[in-house]
Amino acid sequence: MWEYTEKVKDHFLNPRNVGVIENADGVGEVGSLACGDALKLTLKIDGDKRISDAKFQTFGCASAIASSSALTEMIKGITIDEAEKITNNDIAEYLGGLPKEKMHCSVMGRDALEKAIADYRGEPGKEVDGEIVCECFGVTDLEIQRAVKENNLKTIEDVTDYVKAGGGCESCHDKIQEIIESVNGTPVTEKTRPSGLTNIQKIRLIEETLEREIKPELKKDGGGIEFIDFADNTVFVKLRGTCSTCSASQVTLKHYVETRIKELVSPELVVEEVKQ
Amino acid sequence: MKTIYVDNNATTRVAPEVLEVMLPYLSEFYGNPSSMHSFGGKVAHKIEEARAKVASLINASPDEIMFTSCGTESDSTAIHAAISSVPDKKHIITSRVEHPAVKNLFEHLSKKGYRVTFVPVDRKGMLDLDYLYNNLTDDTAIVSIMWANNETGMIFPIEEISQVIKKKRIVFHTDAVQAVGKMPIDVSKSEIDMLSISGHKIHAPKGIGALYVRKGTRFSPFLIGGHQEGGRRGGTENVVYIIGLGKASELAANHMGEMITHVGKLRDKLENELLKRIPNAMINGDTENRLPNTTSVSFEYVEGESILLMMNELGICASSGSACTSGSLEPSHVLRAMGVPFTAAHGSIRFSLGIYNTEEEIDFIVEKLPPIIENLRNMSPFWK
Repeated sequence: MWEYTEKVKDHFLNPRNVGVIENADGVGEVGSLACGDALKLTLKIDGDKRISDAKFQTFGCASAIASSSALTEMIKGITIDEAEKITNNDIAEYLGGLPKEKMHCSVMGRDALEKAIADYRGEPGKEVDGEIVCECFGVTDLEIQRAVKENNLKTIEDVTDYVKAGGGCESCHDKIQEIIESVNGTPVTEKTRPSGLTNIQKIRLIEETLEREIKPELKKDGGGIEFIDFADNTVFVKLRGTCSTCSASQVTLKHYVETRIKELVSPELVVEEVKQ
Repeated sequence: MKTIYVDNNATTRVAPEVLEVMLPYLSEFYGNPSSMHSFGGKVAHKIEEARAKVASLINASPDEIMFTSCGTESDSTAIHAAISSVPDKKHIITSRVEHPAVKNLFEHLSKKGYRVTFVPVDRKGMLDLDYLYNNLTDDTAIVSIMWANNETGMIFPIEEISQVIKKKRIVFHTDAVQAVGKMPIDVSKSEIDMLSISGHKIHAPKGIGALYVRKGTRFSPFLIGGHQEGGRRGGTENVVYIIGLGKASELAANHMGEMITHVGKLRDKLENELLKRIPNAMINGDTENRLPNTTSVSFEYVEGESILLMMNELGICASSGSACTSGSLEPSHVLRAMGVPFTAAHGSIRFSLGIYNTEEEIDFIVEKLPPIIENLRNMSPFWK
């Protein structure tokens, strides 16, 4: 069973603004029956470019319905310039978060909003740009690039969670990997993992991995980590903040920190904690 | 809120009679069945009693039954035993609609150098037998075909298949996890070499399974260790759960008539009423060759997870073949293999009944589900 927040449940069981606005000023339609979710958003826009009313119709799971309902609540009463700035993360945050695998529901909301605004302005849809990468779900390279950039995505699985690409036959996984690497600048795959490193190189990579990958993750829970020493393929670290007192810190150290270090630097490395 | 449990293909409640016979072995009778003293010997005796009861449920001989930890272990043990008994053979066959316990193992083996044939099914979910038989070769190490499908309840002609496979001298295994206890099974009428059983599908607790291994079948243990289970599985026996599975098997045999009359009648009522009251609804699979407790119904233009969560609010527990419920983006491989269109696969709900369900519960579902579907359809851009 999914861990949905109370707010997601509320917007699913009591969806706001269901329906279609007759003679709408902006209409945005995304998704399809085959994909498993679809959203039709209709907007009423005033003379001063303010969204006076918004209604939705959604086919999809609980989080798709909740994301649509939340979106309509968020945009009612604001101008289209303000609405344009809404990201998929804003929708997810409004709902108190979405399960990772369901982030594509918030992306669907953002896409429908963009389309509706473009429709109001008489612009052609943006999504026709780019080349289809994922045939199963009809996702283009530009859409994947954008999702990777905006959400700091690192893996193919992340991309699938956010825009569905790669979730079907999986034949596009190599292309998605290339896009992730081109956006992030640094290749992070096993294929390109450096081998036969000198100790100096290992230390540099360890530092880089700690800074770029591990510290930001630990920080989310109020924790931190410090690189103390390196000898005989052992990485000595000190845990900081909440990590230093957390009873699960050994699990974090072995399952997360060590796994990432092995993956990104070298598989023979182990991580040890230096006690005070 | 009362729970209405119609998800018995996922798991079942432990029968009170099963719990009762298990309890003493969790407290005073803690002996090791391998011990020389009579305190342990008494426990060993109970294990043999349980083995006889499991054997009797499928008309096997007790020494053809070994206990495992679950259905998946039974499947893995059988398939590994078969391929390691003929290490030169590199071709294996299964169906496209197996449970992940078999499907994912075969996919894993295909990466290890095995050539895998996945036998397709037709629109009604029936296995393409010609395809199966035409693909049997001298290089084939094992054929593993489920007896009944967990999602649709479709029953495959396993006795007939086993006779054909036997003539080719190929090992035949069947995952009978869903079939056992829901239909009469008599291994003596077939040429099945190995058959998997899971306890928690027949009112024993989770964490116990069994594997039938026909006398004379070449076998090598998956868990190597002590002499337990006749050397077929090392490790101290899960005494309490084995005793539970024995009792559950006895109950399943006693309830067989009820399964077909009482449960089958309720399932038919549920299905007929839903089709009558809800437009654009259809049954997935052939309604002729089917377990008496299972129905897979598709409601077009709505999504399964939404239906499940709305039913959940009313205490109704069922399952869906929708993509969204599994965390993957593709709907059920079983429904897709049958060629059920996406429009219907995303909105599929599986109801699997059990002997504890009542007519009142079915009436409740039949009353509450139509407005849920209507409500969701009114929200859907595809419903006019």
